[in-house]
Amino acid sequence: MNQNQDILLEVRNLAKHFSAREGVFGRSIVRAVDGVSFCIRRGSSLGLVGESGSGKTTVGRTVLGLHRRTAGEVLFNNIDIHALKAEQLRTLRPHFQLVFQDPMGSLNPRVRVGDAIGEALLEHKRARADDVRDKVLEVMQICGLAPEHYARYPHEFSGGQRQRIGIARAIALKPELIVADEPVSALDVSIQAQIINLFSDLKEHQGVTFLFISHDLAVVEHLCDDIAVMYLGQIVEMASKEQLFSQPRHPYTQGLLSAIPIADPDQRRSRIILKGEQPNPANPPTGCRFHPRCSFVSEKCVKTAPELRTLPDGHQVRCHLA
Amino acid sequence: MNQPLIEFDRLSVEIHTKAGIVRAAQDVSFSISAGQTVALVGESGCGKSISALSLMGLLPSAARVASGEIRYQGAPLTGQPRETLRRLRGNDLAMIFQEPMSALNPVLTIGEQIVEPLIKHQRLRPKAAWVKAVALLDKVGLARPDKIAESYPHELSGGMLQRAMIAMSMSCQPKLLIADEPTTALDVTISAQILDLLQTLQKSEQMALLLITHDLGVVAQMADFVVVMYAGRVVESGPVRAIFKHPQHPYTQGLLAARPVPGARLARLPSIRGQVPNPMNLPEYCSFAERCDQAQAQCRQGQPEYVSLGAMHQSACFVVQKREFA
Repeated sequence: MNQNQDILLEVRNLAKHFSAREGVFGRSIVRAVDGVSFCIRRGSSLGLVGESGSGKTTVGRTVLGLHRRTAGEVLFNNIDIHALKAEQLRTLRPHFQLVFQDPMGSLNPRVRVGDAIGEALLEHKRARADDVRDKVLEVMQICGLAPEHYARYPHEFSGGQRQRIGIARAIALKPELIVADEPVSALDVSIQAQIINLFSDLKEHQGVTFLFISHDLAVVEHLCDDIAVMYLGQIVEMASKEQLFSQPRHPYTQGLLSAIPIADPDQRRSRIILKGEQPNPANPPTGCRFHPRCSFVSEKCVKTAPELRTLPDGHQVRCHLA
Repeated sequence: MNQPLIEFDRLSVEIHTKAGIVRAAQDVSFSISAGQTVALVGESGCGKSISALSLMGLLPSAARVASGEIRYQGAPLTGQPRETLRRLRGNDLAMIFQEPMSALNPVLTIGEQIVEPLIKHQRLRPKAAWVKAVALLDKVGLARPDKIAESYPHELSGGMLQRAMIAMSMSCQPKLLIADEPTTALDVTISAQILDLLQTLQKSEQMALLLITHDLGVVAQMADFVVVMYAGRVVESGPVRAIFKHPQHPYTQGLLAARPVPGARLARLPSIRGQVPNPMNLPEYCSFAERCDQAQAQCRQGQPEYVSLGAMHQSACFVVQKREFA
């Protein structure tokens, strides 16, 4: 990753800990995000990959200021958004938007779709009552929605259409950054492809910068320039997608890639099947957090936690052996 | 040829709702041989689950078999007395679901739930049944099976629960296991473990597997035979290689092309335009015609018949028909 280019979002040592109840009296700290750093260049896209409980969603929400950070910095255009007062953050909000997995959960069932998309435009004074309709229709068109959809209610739409509405809402304010959290996971394959193409168009033609959060490596590979793999609250590997897919260095990434079933009956391969499951983030293993599942584990891995190192080719990896 | 284990013969299922009749499955025909893995593929609402549920006799009360039948070892299943079906379901047919949590009873331990069919269907004594339950949990790769047997469902992770469900379904050595999206709710690495387990068990127990999934990758890795469904109908079926290497129906072709493939580096994904038709209001002609790039006038005039495309491979499409017999 070239540091000289224009950086839109820089995350430095971000941590988010939750306090969880355990048993009757006990309390424990869940380190959902524990020291995550990355940069996204303007106009590029970073894919954040990991399994449930890896902390990827928490990263996304903390980056947007929807969770208070525990430590670290989130620099958006060099402004630390967590250091801002509520009112200052509010004026900055139109610049970064979130697209959810299930847009139905974020749409008010009693508000017409056009009004839902226009709401933010009026709220942030990007449109007046007399031109909001035109602006909404323009955004709807970009997202592949027809003008007659304006006056309909969310329940009248299919999953793919609803995701288009969710995206239309997010891009209405012409944000610089969109955080998309599993935006296509709930969709059927044929519809998924339509939405993935819509994201490609937004990136290409609207110059939007993306943080894509997904468990699906194939989707992330299609949409992103760089990929970061998370495991138990930490980034274990980060590289350009070409490097990551052709030469995965971390045993977890290798296992993850190998676990994707290939849609070719002639390539039935013996896969690397990672044993066990991701441990409870409230009680992470000693040393390398991946060591209980790693087939290359050594004594050092059990005792010392590896740092995220940058290799000569720019590839970053958190493993003693890489 | 050997008699197939299961035959779907022009099965049609209707669901009666307030808003009207949903033709959930229409003229569904395919068969499963002993020890074979058949994958039922399609998008949500295509009728794949409803077909499997009618095989298990577990259709919701609003649904009924409108015509056609399902045969088990040559004998029709539809219209059998409940008791016969119940015995069959416990002993010969088993099913696992996408959400193991909702299929398990939250107030009984895992062991108590596995023991139940062993006592009911195999008439084991409670102690012997418990020993067998622990052995089954061990067989599905759960560490410390004796502890797991004493746990409640909420104490286990999704992957462990799915293993427990598989253990339960194996309890009476079924001849056919129906797995309805068994790994959809699981993480990639756990999903790989479960698929591996299903394959191992299938070989060791010599059972047939009816795998219901929307994931073409899973199909390619697991299936011998593939049945592709769209809007309640089988649009194409054939051996796994034929379907993946020479898909004939435009829907199958579109589905295969629409999936992002690691390393393919396409600028745009070929997508299928439009969306699945409303099941309440299916056209009297080919349901895919409105989304099909190859559609011709004929496609909007009637339902296409099946065209045989070689060994066991067939497709219901006018365009394919024309091409084959041109």
